[in-house]
Amino acid sequence: MWEAIRRWFDPADLRSVGEPPDYRFSLANERTFLAWLRTGLALVGGGLAAAQFLPPLPLTHLREVIAVALLLLGGAVAVRAVDHWARTERAIRLGQELPASRFPAILALAVGAGAVLLVVAVLVRAVGEP
Amino acid sequence: MTAGRDPGLQPERTRLAWRRTALTLTVVTALAVRLGSTGDPTGALIAGATVLVWGAVLVLCWPRATGTGPARTGGRTLPLVALATVGLALLGVLLVVRRLW
Repeated sequence: MWEAIRRWFDPADLRSVGEPPDYRFSLANERTFLAWLRTGLALVGGGLAAAQFLPPLPLTHLREVIAVALLLLGGAVAVRAVDHWARTERAIRLGQELPASRFPAILALAVGAGAVLLVVAVLVRAVGEP
Repeated sequence: MTAGRDPGLQPERTRLAWRRTALTLTVVTALAVRLGSTGDPTGALIAGATVLVWGAVLVLCWPRATGTGPARTGGRTLPLVALATVGLALLGVLLVVRRLW
């Protein structure tokens, strides 16, 4: 794992494999990375917003749990973005197939499940109020 | 190949993507500063750290977001910006958890 992390920070290591690709593919890969990074930043921003703009929820500290979950999810998306960028760049240079990933599906399920939980929490509060 | 001959204008699109990312980062930093501004020194310290991260990333991605020539790709900027995002997330966790004490 540490080896993979060291490789992210070593551009020469990435340039040592395969052939230099058409620069447009590298730029497209970089834009995909940036789009994922913005997704991560949006989750971080969502967590920060939840912590200060959500009203207190019926369960104790549920608001803080939601905020921390969104923040950690955002950080995970950023880490995965750079990992996927490096693996894609490597595949492009080697002329291999692009790496497949379950991550988008897992992220979508996690965000969907979180939204359902939040709807339940809001409904519980609406019913609980006299 | 120059940027003008690229039918997809890839360097230009990539620069705009960097700008959007920097803008998103600015919004996130503003939210963190607001969350940290409750008058206590700990919150101010963490908010100050997020502003430092924000400034460092802006300096880092400035060459990627400006200019008109062929764009640079890859390098250490990408993992460093991702690292900064992780740092912001952890500072955000500190900001949220701090209010429970």
